[in-house]
Amino acid sequence: MTKKFTKEHEWLLIEGDVATIGITPHAAEQLGDVVFVELPEVGASFDKDGDMAVVESVKAASDVYAPVSGEVVEANSAITDEPGKVNEDPAGAAWFVKLKLTNTSELDGLMDEQQYKEYLETL
Amino acid sequence: MNDRSMHAASVRVFTDLSAWEPLVTETAAASNLASNTTSTDEASSALKRTPLYNLHLARGAKTAPFAGYDMPIQYPDGVLKEHLHTRAAAGLFDVSHMGQAWLRLKDESLTGDAAHKALAAALETLAPAEFQKLKPGGVRYSVFLNEDGGILDDFMTTRPTDNDGSLFLVVNAACKDDDFALLNEKLGDVARLEIAEDRALIALQGPKAAGIVDRLFPGAAAQKFMTMTVGAYEGDDVYVSRCGYTGEDGFELSVPAARAESLANTLLDDSDVALIGLGARDSLRLEAGLCLYGHDLDETTSPIEGNIGFAIGKRRRTEGGFPGADRIQKELAEGPARLRVGVKPEGRAPAREGVKIVDAAGTEIGVITSGGFGPSAEGPVAMGYVDGAKAEDGAEIGLLVRGKTIPARIVPMPFVPHTYYRG
Repeated sequence: MTKKFTKEHEWLLIEGDVATIGITPHAAEQLGDVVFVELPEVGASFDKDGDMAVVESVKAASDVYAPVSGEVVEANSAITDEPGKVNEDPAGAAWFVKLKLTNTSELDGLMDEQQYKEYLETL
Repeated sequence: MNDRSMHAASVRVFTDLSAWEPLVTETAAASNLASNTTSTDEASSALKRTPLYNLHLARGAKTAPFAGYDMPIQYPDGVLKEHLHTRAAAGLFDVSHMGQAWLRLKDESLTGDAAHKALAAALETLAPAEFQKLKPGGVRYSVFLNEDGGILDDFMTTRPTDNDGSLFLVVNAACKDDDFALLNEKLGDVARLEIAEDRALIALQGPKAAGIVDRLFPGAAAQKFMTMTVGAYEGDDVYVSRCGYTGEDGFELSVPAARAESLANTLLDDSDVALIGLGARDSLRLEAGLCLYGHDLDETTSPIEGNIGFAIGKRRRTEGGFPGADRIQKELAEGPARLRVGVKPEGRAPAREGVKIVDAAGTEIGVITSGGFGPSAEGPVAMGYVDGAKAEDGAEIGLLVRGKTIPARIVPMPFVPHTYYRG
């Protein structure tokens, strides 16, 4: 099980060929109070960087991109029912989707936890 | 928290703080929505600060440019809690960026009612309220109009209790330079404009506001909505106006800049008072159905289209005598081509500014001008303009959000009842 990060402030927890994807505490903090989440249907497929989900805070609507290509095998209805969970536990219970990866080599371009921390410092 | 971090974040509109910038022009609106690359760092050197700027930073505010000022958008509690706190207790807002000015009659031979009427009549050539009817201490909402009856700004006018021949104006920050230029140009012969740059403006809003303000300014709690009295704080005059921009009972306190931080801290000593940023100010006014100039009103909209007919005095509807009277009287008689209405989306997805409105048949009939999540309404709320013929309460409409049509209804506003104190 490895954890990866993107410059777009998403995290991926990779188990075999399935990645659980969410947004980082930094992203949740920047968004502010989340009031609406729209997730894709199970079975939907995305290319890397495709519009995968929508998260809206009191301030603005934001797109969440697919960090890697894959097919949605599970979507977390807990956060569509209670969007505020995204602020409470962005790195854990408030994951967005699980993607079955179609191109595992895309993972190579992502950051590990240490690299992401260093990246945050540069912002 | 540093503004540059916003640029790199995951999402297209992640420079969300820029959404609070009042949109002076349509072009600015488009670029705000499309781009997130504006460097607030570059802009910040030119930004002005209110007398409470240091207090905001000390209390953990996130700030962003708003109407040329570096303004607090939110404090550590966040927009949602700040909003709910205002409706439950009392919220303190720094609105010192707004323009405050005295308009004074030049002809000093007139006194009392005659002086008031002469000055009020002059202001009535620019705005359609019945300023002449103002009683001492009365506050009126109105709009400056262009020759086409479009709104240049909305503003408050107060007739002071003991200073006939003077009117006190509070205008929007983004428009103040233009407003003051207009007043000088059009009324310069009869009146002198004194811009009150040395005054801050602090709003205290919410059900606990009256009790708190009354302890500092005895008698304030008995004051009615849309009236002003003069109180004293540390020996200086404070203009205590019972009005606001949240739909709640509350006050706006005009205080000399040098006393602003002391007054704010004194108010904040009360555990019921919390600082509230412009983020929650926007969601509060949206739920209250109140317009934000540059978004819900602009130079193309008339007060009839804007559904703020109360800004036009009864006598003036027939008499006219203000810029654009022809258009406005025609709209009063025949109905406006478009009308600002409340919009309640079904479900949870907010519909924001710029979202297109369609009728049941899918024909485009208008556009959302303000929209978001209403923390007290516990769901999405919005307002926008629709074709006059389609502006019917209860009408089923659709909102085009991200390529989907979200069902919605036209509804009466406010979304949360006003709690103004009318005595």
